[in-house]
Amino acid sequence: MNQSTPPIPAWGIPDPVRGVTGTEPLLAVDDLHVEFATRRGTVKAVNGVSYALNPGETLAVLGESGSGKSVTAQAIMGILDAPQARIPRGRIRFRGTDLLRLKEDARAQVRGRRIAMVFQDALSALNPVFTVGSQIAEMFRVHQGTSRRDAEARAVELMDRVRIPGARQRLHDYPHQFSGGMRQRIMIAMAIALDPEVLIADEPTTALDVTVQAQIMELLAEVQRDSGMGMILITHDLGVVADVADKIVVMYGGRIVENALVHDVYRTPAHPYTKGLLKSIPRVDRKGRELYAISGTPPNLLDMPPGCAFAPRCPYRQDNCTTEAPPLYRIGPTRGSACHYWREVLDGSHG
Amino acid sequence: MAATGDAVLEVRDLVKYFPLTEGAIFRRQVGVIKAVDGISFDLRRGETLGIVGESGCGKSTLAKLLMGLERPTGGSVRVCGREIAGARGADLKRVRPTVREIADVKGADLKRVRRNIQMVMQDPYTSLNPRMTVGDIVGEPYEIHPDAAPKGDRRRRVQALLELVGLNPDDVNRYPHQFSGGQRQRIGIARGLALQPQILVCDEPVSALDVSIQAQVINLLARLQRELGLAYVFIAHDLSVVRHISDRVGVMYLGKMVELGRDAEIYSQPAHPYTQALLSAAPVPDPDGRERRERIVLQGDPPSPADPPSGCRFRTRCWKAQDICAQQEPLLQLRPGTWHESACHFAQVHDVMPSF
Repeated sequence: MNQSTPPIPAWGIPDPVRGVTGTEPLLAVDDLHVEFATRRGTVKAVNGVSYALNPGETLAVLGESGSGKSVTAQAIMGILDAPQARIPRGRIRFRGTDLLRLKEDARAQVRGRRIAMVFQDALSALNPVFTVGSQIAEMFRVHQGTSRRDAEARAVELMDRVRIPGARQRLHDYPHQFSGGMRQRIMIAMAIALDPEVLIADEPTTALDVTVQAQIMELLAEVQRDSGMGMILITHDLGVVADVADKIVVMYGGRIVENALVHDVYRTPAHPYTKGLLKSIPRVDRKGRELYAISGTPPNLLDMPPGCAFAPRCPYRQDNCTTEAPPLYRIGPTRGSACHYWREVLDGSHG
Repeated sequence: MAATGDAVLEVRDLVKYFPLTEGAIFRRQVGVIKAVDGISFDLRRGETLGIVGESGCGKSTLAKLLMGLERPTGGSVRVCGREIAGARGADLKRVRPTVREIADVKGADLKRVRRNIQMVMQDPYTSLNPRMTVGDIVGEPYEIHPDAAPKGDRRRRVQALLELVGLNPDDVNRYPHQFSGGQRQRIGIARGLALQPQILVCDEPVSALDVSIQAQVINLLARLQRELGLAYVFIAHDLSVVRHISDRVGVMYLGKMVELGRDAEIYSQPAHPYTQALLSAAPVPDPDGRERRERIVLQGDPPSPADPPSGCRFRTRCWKAQDICAQQEPLLQLRPGTWHESACHFAQVHDVMPSF
């Protein structure tokens, strides 16, 4: 809706691969490691995560609490809690430039403008003492130096675009005066204000009701269709993923355990964890029978088991699983599985 | 509906209005929030009634009314034939002048009734006292109801309860923070079972848990029901979980029950437009055919329960609404062409749920 991306990256570094579409993804996370220093020791929250996102694509990052899915997103945005958080290794390339090597002022040019984020809890992400109009307008005033009046006019346009009824009247309302769904629309309005190339949505509908969730997912899909941005959808909800994702990365204990195109994962999961999650969904033909349940509990990041993090809960476990951590095996042109026994998992020979 | 003799829980015309006040010093009532507005159902021994609905529909207020934690503005709740919650005469007269007076239940009477109805809370992180050991938490009901178990027998009973819910009986001296979310929810369930109730009210018992843990807790609830003949009121927003565990399902919207029927009827033959919209909006964990799925996306948010629409409360978001919907409130009853009750003037069976 506003001006298109400048041909040269805003921070002035020439971009060698620009225009050679197909060789360089829009965003590539490469062998990312994130650690947190805590009183009880170092927590390795992310251990060698790699994924890539292309324009117009929706990548779902699926995982439970503590799997590292949100920390990876915060590393991309550059909003990890300093000084506890450290990135000992890894690269985050955005259109070929490693964001981790940029100075903070160059990074700030990317954050919010070219890579934007929608947070789970809109009530705590919005500032309670400013009107929503001023918070949306701030995007234009800070990043583009727009005058107060113009910024306000564009805030109204955006609120219309995310379908907030009576946008002009509600400009001067405060966040608490909106419902949960409307607040999430305001967050989306702020995120898409500057036409970002990448939108990271961290559990954008988890706090919302089903019918409102449907509205928000439809809105996100529409924004994406119009602008061709790439979207990273972070969620624990297998239903939401199946509805919107093109490809999936499944995370467990700070690692990627499976990556694949969405249809492949749901048809033939190649990692015991993914398979267990899909089997544990209540389905109509299994009503009244016992649900399949993954035994045990997710690992404690302070005390990770040696070898495969999923081994203590895994029905496919063999002796070497508790000693050798499986790499992300490439098991097809578009998919990988971090399980020594992915062939057996695919065949469904047990479990 | 079951015969009355069979029902362990009878709910009749249950109403809860919260006063809406204004002014800090001279508080005056400016209106009411109609949180629950005329709900009736029966629950039979060993049966599970699922209650689905979105936030603000009154399902958690309903749970509190069933437990006698809130006093109803009108109507009654009978547990095993005993009154747990009746409105005080004066309250009742203000709302519905014609309803007969119902005795005020409190103190010892309420306590006696509560032995048969217990609750499992949503959030296992805040519903267990962090300063109490697991043994004290699970055994606390015996402090309140000393006649339920002789003093010397309590420790053994607590350990048996822990074993029943799949925890180690030797864990009695540990504290809640030493347990994972799923284990904490098991502690909450053990506490709910301590008095051997007939009915367990579960308010979103798995929604705070990780996906891989939810199935464990659902299986536990199903097993306990089989072994102990428990009846559940299972309140949740996850439609597939509710379908899995429920014998009957009630759908709530803005304080009203809009549809009530057997699980298969609600899920494959929904007759109320709201139920149809709710089912069609639920994400299906199967990407095949997602482009062709019929999806009814409702516009806007539910109206405020302080000022609900006249007639049918769903009419402001309903694509079928006509003049009659604003004038006449549709009652929850059998409608032509359906085998279960629905509250819509234009109720019509329409299958929207893909059969995953």
